[in-house]
Amino acid sequence: MSDGQSLRLALLGAPNCGKSSLFNALTGGKAKVANYPGVTVEYRKGDFTLPSGQAIELLDLPGVYGDCGHSMDERVALDAVRGNLEGERAPDAIVFMMDASHINTHLHNVLQAKNHGLPIILVLNMMDMAARDGITIDLPALEREIGIPVISCVAVRGSGRSLLLDYLEEWGGDVSFGSAATPKEEKGDLKALQAKARSITSTAVSRVHQAETFSQRIDNWVLHPIMGLAILFTILFVMFQAVYTWSGPAMDLIEMAIGGLQRGAAAILPDGLITSLVVDGIIAGVGSVLIFLPQIIILFAFILLLEASGYMARAAFLVDTLMAKIGLNGRAFIPLLSSFACAIPGIMSARTIEQERDRITTILIAPLMTCAARWPVYFLIIGAFVPAEKVGVFSLQGLVAFGLILVGIVFALIMAAIFKRTLTKGESSGLLIELPSYKTPVFKDYIIGLWDRGMIFVNRAGRIILPASILIWGLMSFPANATTTAQTWAGKVGGLIEPLLRPIGFNLEIAISLIPAMAAREVAVSSLATIYSIGGTNADDTLRDLIAANWTLPTALAFLAWFVFAPQCLSTFAIIRKETNSWKWPLFAFGYLFVLAYIAAGVTYHVSLAMGLS
Amino acid sequence: MTKRLTDLAKSETGVILDFDDSDPALSTRLREIGFAEGDNVTPLHFGLFGKNPMSVRVNGAQIALRREDAQAILLKAVKSEASA
Ligand SMILES: Nc1nc2c(ncn2[C@@H]2O[C@H](COP(=O)(O)OP(=O)(O)OP(=O)(O)O)[C@@H](O)[C@H]2O)c(=O)[nH]1
Ligand SMILES: [Mg+2]
Repeated sequence: MSDGQSLRLALLGAPNCGKSSLFNALTGGKAKVANYPGVTVEYRKGDFTLPSGQAIELLDLPGVYGDCGHSMDERVALDAVRGNLEGERAPDAIVFMMDASHINTHLHNVLQAKNHGLPIILVLNMMDMAARDGITIDLPALEREIGIPVISCVAVRGSGRSLLLDYLEEWGGDVSFGSAATPKEEKGDLKALQAKARSITSTAVSRVHQAETFSQRIDNWVLHPIMGLAILFTILFVMFQAVYTWSGPAMDLIEMAIGGLQRGAAAILPDGLITSLVVDGIIAGVGSVLIFLPQIIILFAFILLLEASGYMARAAFLVDTLMAKIGLNGRAFIPLLSSFACAIPGIMSARTIEQERDRITTILIAPLMTCAARWPVYFLIIGAFVPAEKVGVFSLQGLVAFGLILVGIVFALIMAAIFKRTLTKGESSGLLIELPSYKTPVFKDYIIGLWDRGMIFVNRAGRIILPASILIWGLMSFPANATTTAQTWAGKVGGLIEPLLRPIGFNLEIAISLIPAMAAREVAVSSLATIYSIGGTNADDTLRDLIAANWTLPTALAFLAWFVFAPQCLSTFAIIRKETNSWKWPLFAFGYLFVLAYIAAGVTYHVSLAMGLS
Repeated sequence: MTKRLTDLAKSETGVILDFDDSDPALSTRLREIGFAEGDNVTPLHFGLFGKNPMSVRVNGAQIALRREDAQAILLKAVKSEASA
């Protein structure tokens, strides 16, 4: 550990104690931070340099309570500390973090961690929360009793991190320090360690008795069995209504900008293929999806607020009563809720579920949650076919969207109940989750989170939608003498699957759009935009108008029903493959979702035909 | 008869005596997350159906768990709310 070589420090500690917050603050990293246990499920590396010039490599790890590694995320953290991660050397020392406001419950965790045999220091984080709760900690006494350095910290404040940095500075300069800090092992089983921890806290920690904390007073409402569920439902309802009603003006602006861009490009560029490529292919395709950026931002403004406040774990508690009835694992709720952003992080966060069969069940149903990529599809069709009326104070379009989301949830629960009684049979339990204290979101984390989600959406437009739009444009434009869509190359390819889709009410344009949409759902929208833009005569027609004019209502409804289920996202199946380490589960998930999508679209189409809708 | 955490009513406080070791992995899990002999435990909230799950106050933390798991926590005595 001499000069020039970087020291590798691992951030270990219970879930939700602030490891990722500290990691981000020190390394400038962008690890996800939120106020519920189990946010981080994969390790992450970052670098920073101490004023002395000593380079430090920091490892942000998933939270662990002990050293057993019950669940996959815990095993990642323990493997990292033990040097068992493939291609990674063991850390030089452990920075053990603990939530100071919960020191009484967690102190034995650090005694256990001493047994890893690495130099270790204890960072008591959230000292601000501890002070607020009337907890005072005698740090020198604690150091003496545990036998390792103890440093107080407030990870989310610059001044709160200075003690730790000073400490590391001193440490980094002294090569022998590492061995000096190597602790003696703690003897005894967990029970003995707990007894020791309790006796330490009884002398070193004092707590002013408080009648009822702020969090408790809120919880009397939020966790009330009936009121709590009503509040949860209201929050979700308001969220989806807001996505609908607040986004209007911003969408109109983007729509105008895109229209202007198209007219401008058409005026500058020479008539012919190039103009068509730019106007009908690129701008129409990419623009048709980018226009939904305001919705995505509003959606995430809500989701991130729920995550940062401490509400997520409460929602898991409220819904668990139902999850238990279905046979789903209690820890499944948070991965499923995350899947409303995107199934990929949702599927990864299923790592927090202990029983393997329950983890698989959760992974299988995660794609049924309405991810952000479905919004463009829902918005387009709802905008084209559902009148922009109000039902009381609610937007009718928003109600229809909420209905589609509920259908996804209901089917997820039904499928889970079926899987739990067949494929992934077996008892399940394990909610066992700490409900964190409520916190005011850290403004910077909030804005960064929002920015990141927005950029992911925009980047997808460049990475996936742009090439897909160019491809569709190319296939639609040749052979040059084609006069109908069916005569183009795209029409020929789409014609291959169209017979399969005709019984469920889909036309040739839909068939064509569904093929590139295998990559990502929103590509269906951009492809339709390009297809109709090429065929379109009036440049001022929006995609919404064109679809409203060209599709019957039963076809549109069938298309919506299809996308509630459709397994159209390659990355989802790639991540299922990776997380289950098998081909069996991704193929099965794909198959069952496809069958459901087909049946749902077919039933919707024929029922609405029979009802005389047109 | 042994009292269990599941026998406590809302806001009633008990003291942990021991853990039912019929499922050793479960008692380890319960210990790791912060339940230990001698701790005061107070159920604060219950789920809608069958009072499942329950959220329990222990040492200033609040932990949510299902009744199947909570029954593994054995209690010494049941105090009334006033003496908690
Ligand atoms: N008040 C206060 N809040 C903090 C402090 N450190 C972190 N937080 C908040 O605590 C919550 C959890 O922080 P994270 O950094 O995500 O915790 P973590 O240890 O990485 O959690 P996992 O990834 O789930 O193990 C977030 O809401 C943070 O904003 C602190 O020192 N004071
Ligand atoms: Mg983290």
